Amino acid sequence: MSIGSSDGLLAGLRRPFEGPNTMGNTPGFWLGFVAAVAVLAALPALFGYYAAEIGAVFLAYALLGVSLAFIWGYCGILSFGQVAFFGIGGYAFGVVAINVPTLTGATLGLLAAVAVSTLVAAALGYFMFYGGVRDVYVTILTLVVALVLYTFMGQTAGGEWAIGDARLGGFNGMSGVPDLGIGIGSIGLEIGIVGHYYVTLGALAATYLGLRALVNSRFGYAMVATREDESRTEMFGYNTTFIKFAVFTIGGAIAGLSGVLFTTQNNYIDPSVFGITAAALPVVWASVGGRTSLLGTVGAALAIQFVDYQLALSGSEWALVIIGSLLVFVVLVMPEGVAPRLRDLVVDYRSSEPTPADAPAGTEEVSD
Amino acid sequence: MATPELLNLGFEFVEIFAFIVLATVGLAVIFGMMGIINLAHGEFILVGAYATSFAVAAGLPLAVAMAVGVVATAAFGLVLERLIIRRLYGRLLDSMVVTWGISLVMIQLTRIAFGNTAPGVGIPFGQLPVVDGPVYYLVLAVVAVGVLGGLYALFTWTDFGVRARATMQDEETARSMGVDTDQMYMSTFAIGSGLAGLAGALYAPVMTVTPEYGTSFLVESFVAVVVGGSSVLLGTILASGFLGTVNAAFTNIAGTFMGQVAMLVAAIVAIRLMPDGITGLLSDLREKWGESE
Repeated sequence: MSIGSSDGLLAGLRRPFEGPNTMGNTPGFWLGFVAAVAVLAALPALFGYYAAEIGAVFLAYALLGVSLAFIWGYCGILSFGQVAFFGIGGYAFGVVAINVPTLTGATLGLLAAVAVSTLVAAALGYFMFYGGVRDVYVTILTLVVALVLYTFMGQTAGGEWAIGDARLGGFNGMSGVPDLGIGIGSIGLEIGIVGHYYVTLGALAATYLGLRALVNSRFGYAMVATREDESRTEMFGYNTTFIKFAVFTIGGAIAGLSGVLFTTQNNYIDPSVFGITAAALPVVWASVGGRTSLLGTVGAALAIQFVDYQLALSGSEWALVIIGSLLVFVVLVMPEGVAPRLRDLVVDYRSSEPTPADAPAGTEEVSD
Repeated sequence: MATPELLNLGFEFVEIFAFIVLATVGLAVIFGMMGIINLAHGEFILVGAYATSFAVAAGLPLAVAMAVGVVATAAFGLVLERLIIRRLYGRLLDSMVVTWGISLVMIQLTRIAFGNTAPGVGIPFGQLPVVDGPVYYLVLAVVAVGVLGGLYALFTWTDFGVRARATMQDEETARSMGVDTDQMYMSTFAIGSGLAGLAGALYAPVMTVTPEYGTSFLVESFVAVVVGGSSVLLGTILASGFLGTVNAAFTNIAGTFMGQVAMLVAAIVAIRLMPDGITGLLSDLREKWGESE
């Protein structure tokens, strides 16, 4: 889908990230993308330390949202328990990093957290997809898994619920989780507040580009085909069970990473990350932004969490009312979400212009 | 010693069974018959509980107050069906997302409007002499069985029931036979809502009514609906019996918390083994036996 008219090097760089499964396959889109990343990168310099502290949490949420948009929007698996992997990642990092209170611990914690959330997602995915659990039953099962974790972690207040030095802490949560860091012993890089912001932004941008490349690969086409018509895809010789299993596992790994980034930013995690309200948030972001648009989901996560934060700051009780109404409104009025709707508007606008030169690029244009 | 322990276990089972049945039937009617996943089910229960609490506080006798709770919830469901839900038939996942949004709004609006608790309602009828528990739990069990019986009668013996089932099975054909399908959807949804309101009303004396009241029903009801499968009544009975047994047994051995975890784990395993629920398995078996005959 690359456009031959632009300069050769740039087109070559863009090619792996472009295809029919993503919006924004034009030079203009990529300019906008670079500009958006640059603006986000400049935020700590413009608004200081505090903006970095808050912003990193929003970016970690956006990463969680992307993990859901990937499996729901592209493969049709609605996981209502995406927060399970988020929380498992956070807790796993805490347990390792508290027990090994050096940079080795932080490094190992990161690796262990992503490994554990990936393994749990793989185990659950294997259990469900190879067991023939389908559609809405997958959704409810994942929700139940998150709720089991919520119930379980909530009763770990007693002293016997400790792994080494790390006390799980029941509803009070696990506090004293160290900062993110990379290194061995005391040699390495400690990542402070501003550094953490950049690490999270980098992880989000890299995940976005990586998933773009993946959904536009042959595997991505098979994912979308599975979403559209599973039995027909299977008849064409694809192993749809494996595709769903793999997609679910990748989503779990990304959610686990976002959980680590969230927990290390707050130095704290508690069972409410597994609760029903938390479980709904990724679904809200993906529905509002557009689940078939990774970038739309990122935008919705950032915008909704920012508004939610502002409302909470101003002491307003109306945050949940507004978010809930927004969700109802978007699904009823724009079932595909905001980003695909905007894309359609732009396409309509362009195709109504009489200049045929714009037409080939117009079909893939995006405005966010 | 063995007899009182056995009695206690039996009482616990009856208590949990009634809870799961009452929490589930409203959801099961709406899901099983209309294909709408109502994630706001807990908040429908909340409406019933609040209406009951306020009616009691206003001086109405408890039974009348409960009737008020049921009617208020049914009316509420009716309005919501007309405004929002009817756009979602045939859109399973969307129905889930939308009702989730409704649930968020309702919990928070309840908190804003009424604060963090509703007026308390006392438990009627006093304590049981032999086992450690109120008589009221036995009343709940009787009501649960009565609801199941009433629903069976409604959907198999009455004209309305036949039309409603026809609509759910094949809307086009039913409409061409002169059934007002729009009205069938509307009334079925109202019945489901009323049943949710009944659960809220019945448990208002037992559990503290807070804005989060509904969420304490949500897990049990969802798990039971999914384990039960698409056949509403039989599925609800079998799933409630199965989950109630697991829960009561583990509660007795290891405490309330382990009872709940064991029930959820049992549900996960059950869905894995029977992706279409207990009734799905039953109808498979029936087909197999039918073939071999």
